[in-house]
Amino acid sequence: MNIWWILLLGGLLTFLTRLSFILLLDKLSFPAWVQRALRYVPVAVLTALVFQMIFIQDTGINPSPLNPRLISALLAGVVAWRTRSVLLTILTGMAALFLVQALL
Amino acid sequence: MSSSRSEFWQGVKAELPLLVGVIPFGMIYGVLALGTGMPASAAQAMSAVVFAGSAQFVTAQMIAVGTPGLIIILTIAVVNLRHALYSASLAPYLQHLQPYWKWLLAYLLTDEAYAVAVIRYQREEQQPPQSEPCDPGQANPAPSKDKRHWFFLGCGLALWVCWQLSTALGIFVGQVLPDNWSLDFTLALTFIAMLVPVLRDRAAVVAGLTAGVVGVLAAAMPLKLGLITAAFAGILAGIWMENRK
Repeated sequence: MNIWWILLLGGLLTFLTRLSFILLLDKLSFPAWVQRALRYVPVAVLTALVFQMIFIQDTGINPSPLNPRLISALLAGVVAWRTRSVLLTILTGMAALFLVQALL
Repeated sequence: MSSSRSEFWQGVKAELPLLVGVIPFGMIYGVLALGTGMPASAAQAMSAVVFAGSAQFVTAQMIAVGTPGLIIILTIAVVNLRHALYSASLAPYLQHLQPYWKWLLAYLLTDEAYAVAVIRYQREEQQPPQSEPCDPGQANPAPSKDKRHWFFLGCGLALWVCWQLSTALGIFVGQVLPDNWSLDFTLALTFIAMLVPVLRDRAAVVAGLTAGVVGVLAAAMPLKLGLITAAFAGILAGIWMENRK
């Protein structure tokens, strides 16, 4: 298949997936239990992404407590909790990551 | 006073920290795509048409090994299934909009734009902004609620521009930032900063921890299906915890 067709159809499917419920919700409304379930989507998705970025490495799962990314993330979590600042969280986390990577 | 313009720029500003982590991804994609023998025009066009990082990576890899087109298209669809979940999650906030807004925002619905927008919407719900009491004398009493889509537009467009530019950088400079800078990890750190205020009750914490653990254990599942599995596990755990009270 021509690369341009792959691109076009792949893009169309992606777009329709993204549009699906945003458009459908006009015609139907979510029952209460679905609305309740949806409240947990952001926290579930974001935590899953963060955990994957911390623990999944090229070689597989890295469960070591000395995993530099784990140390950085824990420290960043404390900074985020105390300061509520995204910038400070990133700066502390990256500084910790560099430091631990240099030391270990 | 929250005008459309200020909502838009707040969205751009809130998205900025994520861009640091997105740039290396875009550049790697550009280099990888060119490496498959894809013309530069197609590699760049895919960033605009598909506009989904993981799906583009998978596509480039499949093209490189000569996978049949139909399989590639189906793979793109499966990798992007999680966006249906985002669509459902954001739909209640966008319900009042004109169709053209829904189409535009759906096009811009990526992991990173979703994360920033939905967290902001949820926090607004929990602690409604100290809106000034209704002033009947005001000519245009636009409640901030009706301008919220501009915030999403700001997030989405900021990411879109960044994704196109970093793809182009990868394609035309042909190089990526050194891997040992670990810039991709700024994405995780930004998500952490966004998550902490959301973990306000036990049910949310349990939902997050469950999704996190399942996400790691299920990461080996193909086509990013581990992420959807993790999300559903987290949702179930959250509801279970809520019902226990």
